[in-house]
Amino acid sequence: MKRIFISGFALLALFQLKAQNVAKDTTNYESRKLKVEEVNLVSSYYTQDGNNSAVTGGIGSEHLTDIANTIDVKLVKYGQTGIRHTFDVEAGIDHYTSASSDMIDLSANSSASSSDIRFYPSLSYLRENIDKGRSLGIGVSSSSEFDYQSFGANLSFSQKTKDRNGEFTAKFQTFIDQLKLIEPIELRTYGSEGYGTAGRNTFVGTLSYSQIINKELQIMLVGDIISQSGYLSLPFHRVYFADGSVHQEKMPDTRLKIPLGIRASYFLGDNLILRAYYRYYTDDWGINSHTADLEIPVKLTQAFSLSPFYRYYTQSGTKYFKPYGEHTSADEFYTSNYDLSKFNSGFFGMGMKLTPPEGVFGVKHWNTLELRYGHYTRTTNMVSDIVSLNIKFR
Amino acid sequence: MKKTNQKRLLLACGIVLSTMLFASCSPVKEYQKGKINDSEMVLSNRKIEKTELSFQSYREGASGANSGKSGGGCGCN
Repeated sequence: MKRIFISGFALLALFQLKAQNVAKDTTNYESRKLKVEEVNLVSSYYTQDGNNSAVTGGIGSEHLTDIANTIDVKLVKYGQTGIRHTFDVEAGIDHYTSASSDMIDLSANSSASSSDIRFYPSLSYLRENIDKGRSLGIGVSSSSEFDYQSFGANLSFSQKTKDRNGEFTAKFQTFIDQLKLIEPIELRTYGSEGYGTAGRNTFVGTLSYSQIINKELQIMLVGDIISQSGYLSLPFHRVYFADGSVHQEKMPDTRLKIPLGIRASYFLGDNLILRAYYRYYTDDWGINSHTADLEIPVKLTQAFSLSPFYRYYTQSGTKYFKPYGEHTSADEFYTSNYDLSKFNSGFFGMGMKLTPPEGVFGVKHWNTLELRYGHYTRTTNMVSDIVSLNIKFR
Repeated sequence: MKKTNQKRLLLACGIVLSTMLFASCSPVKEYQKGKINDSEMVLSNRKIEKTELSFQSYREGASGANSGKSGGGCGCN
């Protein structure tokens, strides 16, 4: 926790200086100079525990901690013809420790795999024609950790309806990934030092439509088609067969996922908001799931709100899952990863948001201070906790 | 009830509900959007939910349709 707050406030101090330079526009005139519109600093601390690690074949500690810090800077410029150009620069860094990856070498008690750092920068550009209600966006991203490299690109198009009450969006994303094939130590060829590599490609098509129903209610329908191909197993996941032999996890080299979601936000009275979300998901590995989420922000004053939330999730397991020691050589594909097993989960917690008009703690451009805590329980006896902090400058 | 029938029933309910909602739309002018434009009414995920969405996509078989992570990066531990 200390580390989150120290890193959060160090970044805050850094960007407070930057934010002070942003002049407040009190007229309708839109500056044609590129200016910082918003800076977001988000820090999170995540911890989990359980006893079904996939690295040790569905048994063993799942203890993991992750500290994540991201900074997101949004820059805006207005063109001569009323076009709004938005540039978004984001960078994130995670440091995680994992008891399960430490067990890639079963005799190690703190091997090179026990912790790692992930770095994930991204850049995006959005061109909005305000008169026509039309926007076009492009973006690139990357994610790097010791055994995994990912490069992403996306393209999006949005069109508002004539009355500006509805908006249609189409988005296409691709992720081109490379992973090092780190095998469990007992399955490595004697004398082999290097790792092989394999590729994994993901293509995502998204269609969404949002509609304002009345002055208090708006909804959004969203659907994705996600197609993955390449090496979709994880090389250091062990699977113990009924005969006692140990194998690397083996999954099909293609996967098609179809999630469909609906969101609604309803302003009830003057101080209460209902935010609801439902998602149905199906894929060709045999997983079907339902997700229902309800969050109720309560505005206690003009500047302070509390948001209790609850999320329920249920999934059927993949047809390729069996627990420790139950797979046989007759199985074409096999995994003992409990993330792909049949389970239900609940996630509940509370958010707190402070947005005083004069700035947080009187700091003029410090627009928002937000803190959120959630507790997650899964019927496979895995539990986790997450606390996040968002500091926004405008 | 068979799974395929459940899916059809769910789909039919979704279509009926969506049709009823869209049919009840009343045009809202810009100056009437005070509540709709409130920051808590946003239909996308908020910045503070970013890490939550990531861990959910790692710890659960399902992902997507929530503006969260649907690919890229490992998160496999």
